[in-house]
Amino acid sequence: MLLLLLLQTLRIAIPYLFAASGGVLAERAGIVSLTLEGFMLTGAFCATLGSFYFGSPWMGLLLGVAGGAVFGAIHAVATIRFKADQIVSAVAINLMVVGLTRFFLRLAFDSSSNSPRVAGFGGDGNAGVLATFTNPLVLLGILVMPALAWVIDRTRFGLRVRAVGEKPEAATTLGISVDRIRYGAVITSGALAALGGCYLALDQHQFTDQMTAGRGFIALAAVIFGRWTPVRAGIACLLFAFAEALQIQVQGTGVLPSQFVSMIPYVLTLVALAGVVGRAVPPAALGRAEG
Amino acid sequence: MSLDTPAGHLAVRMSHVQKFFGPVHANRDASLDVAVGEIHAVVGENGAGKSTLLRVLSGMYAPDGGTVEVFGRDVTGWRTANAIAAGVGMVHQHFMLVPTLTVAENVVLGREPMTGLTYDRASAESALGKLSRETGLACVPSRMVSELSVGEAQRVEILKTLYRGAKLLILDEPTAVLSPPEVGELWRVLRTVRDAGATIVLVTHKLDELMDVTDRITVMRQGKTVTGMRTSETTPAAIATAMVGRAVRLDASGMPVGAEGREVELARAVPDAGGPPDQMLISSAHDRIALSVPAAITSTLAPTPAYTDTPRLRLTAVTVAGARSKTAVDTLSLTIAPGEILGLAGVEGNGQTELIEAIAGLRPVTSGTITVDGTDITKYSIGKRLAHGITHIPEDRHARGLVLDYSIADNLILGRQKQFSSSGAINRARTLAFAEDRIKAFDIRPTDPNLPARALSGGNQQKIVVAREMPADFRVLLAAQPTRGVDVGAIEFIHDQLRAARRSGKAILLVSAELHEILALSDRVAVMYRGKIVTEMPRAEASEEVLGPWMTGAQS
Repeated sequence: MLLLLLLQTLRIAIPYLFAASGGVLAERAGIVSLTLEGFMLTGAFCATLGSFYFGSPWMGLLLGVAGGAVFGAIHAVATIRFKADQIVSAVAINLMVVGLTRFFLRLAFDSSSNSPRVAGFGGDGNAGVLATFTNPLVLLGILVMPALAWVIDRTRFGLRVRAVGEKPEAATTLGISVDRIRYGAVITSGALAALGGCYLALDQHQFTDQMTAGRGFIALAAVIFGRWTPVRAGIACLLFAFAEALQIQVQGTGVLPSQFVSMIPYVLTLVALAGVVGRAVPPAALGRAEG
Repeated sequence: MSLDTPAGHLAVRMSHVQKFFGPVHANRDASLDVAVGEIHAVVGENGAGKSTLLRVLSGMYAPDGGTVEVFGRDVTGWRTANAIAAGVGMVHQHFMLVPTLTVAENVVLGREPMTGLTYDRASAESALGKLSRETGLACVPSRMVSELSVGEAQRVEILKTLYRGAKLLILDEPTAVLSPPEVGELWRVLRTVRDAGATIVLVTHKLDELMDVTDRITVMRQGKTVTGMRTSETTPAAIATAMVGRAVRLDASGMPVGAEGREVELARAVPDAGGPPDQMLISSAHDRIALSVPAAITSTLAPTPAYTDTPRLRLTAVTVAGARSKTAVDTLSLTIAPGEILGLAGVEGNGQTELIEAIAGLRPVTSGTITVDGTDITKYSIGKRLAHGITHIPEDRHARGLVLDYSIADNLILGRQKQFSSSGAINRARTLAFAEDRIKAFDIRPTDPNLPARALSGGNQQKIVVAREMPADFRVLLAAQPTRGVDVGAIEFIHDQLRAARRSGKAILLVSAELHEILALSDRVAVMYRGKIVTEMPRAEASEEVLGPWMTGAQS
């Protein structure tokens, strides 16, 4: 029972971990990550498409990541090159992705709700230990936050990302191109968040309409809860995932009315954001178009 | 152009530089020659185009006309990265430091030492340690920049440029935020750096300090360079005249003296009686000093009757929480009598802002009481305090003092709009009439009450705030940095207003980062350090030398 709970927590946490890692990176560079939802959905759809046409989940993965990067680039061009409001651009991208995936779902698979079954990783909804740990995306998902922590704390790119998100003027006066660092961060963020979508699609072996179901927003909450640091954001993802797993477990028992049980993850998110986290200090230049 | 040409090799030659920002012509035909190895000051009033000119020099802005040569090479229109590569480093007025990075990270940013894929923290810190020892600029490489004092942060800025091998250092208003001992330390550092072969260009509008540190001076007015001179051959008065374009009276410290400035000069004139005249007046210096002496004697010997009255403002053991600390103001008590200006000196960030905000009602008081003319106002709302005669010139006029997109007229009635409305609607005609009257009385330019406040210069914007906050019937004025970033002419005017208010029995709490301003206006001077008043003395006993150690906590 406990093992099952923990295993389920991990499986639920993987898409959060990918998306939140993208969120941490983009936000540390100063670009608001309300786009995570759209990036994930793009990843999920492109992964399904790739896997369907090439018959290989690896090709799905490649296409999914590429799709996320493309939408990351669109967001980057809109907010950096054209200095569009970051929130407006993000909302536009999220809505556009919902529409586009529906359109191509119809075009490619002639369905308004889901794709046919495609090749994926692991055993299609099977929650066994072996199936979980042989899924390459699970392993990658466990590693993504420590890896991001290393990038942000120890590499030159990470140092510059921190500088650019906190005080872009300072970086500019030192001859660093703020725009280049932000492009790098946002495009990578798109690719990372898309990995979360890839995991969802390839784990379920199909794409369903709006299958990310708000996970990108939960991931953003985890970024804030984790105060924009990779390791803490990772812990927040696990916490949120645990609440969801718990909800699933309790749901079956009938101890509590199901409506209340469904609330658990959201209540936990609210409590976490309002109380536990204290005053979170975001990167100083977050959301500010560089003038 | 009658600029004095330097003898040695030129580090900088800027000729006929033009720079537009939209319709604003920030630099019109500005020229600057700087010799290798000198300390050169660019002076001028606010908005004279000094910072713009230096930013063109450092590659932040591309000029719209004219040429820029650095070390004999035409570099017109270069970019920051080129400038850094050519050994030009700029220390900005608002520090360009990333607060969440360490000192070492800030210094090496953009030129990080690497081992393989990772940034090499250890070698960055050791390189900085070495540079720090060589130049005598002390720093702790592993500290977070957010923990540094202003003086320390500035040292990091200078180290940043030196780490990049700067041979030409540009400093924009380097002393604006420093305490007197820190200013002395900065000059020591700059001389060391110059003696090591660097050339230094700095912007300032404090005339007294540039007299002892610079070799030559270039004066700017309205975007043009109007004259250049050798420091050894000029006087602050001559520089001020060139800056303003008309005669300005200055006291010994380089602060302008208003028409009401008599008391101040006296306090200075009396102890120095017999010595060389301490005053620098451009015209009829002797008349003025002769005129002021008798008044001086009466004002220093006989206590003003006002002092014996019960205090207008009394703070008893007031504690206020700040954004970061629980006790930004720590059980502080003070009183101000009617007709008294209490000058609160101190390095910024020692609780002055929180104190003023607490009295104005913008920030809750944790404990203690505030009374005005005996009435406890500690729990009053801002509006009620205003009705009770407490007015406030806020330190940041853009954040608190003005709505920049509102017209001059609307800004003049902010907070008092009720007096100008009937049945919920603002009476336009009355507002405009009031605005025109105030614009005239306070010499606000341009005079059109319908212009947005944004269109005015800093000095005129500040005059709007002062005009609004100094109606006829207030009791207590909280004046926080009342002349920050305004030009000499407006300083003179605002000081006159404060002195007039004092004469009519108002109590004034003056907070200023400018020690000269405190000394020029106050009857009593208190020093705030870490949320407490650490010392208090009559103006006659106060001087930069006395106050400096208290301000830095060296004395307690």
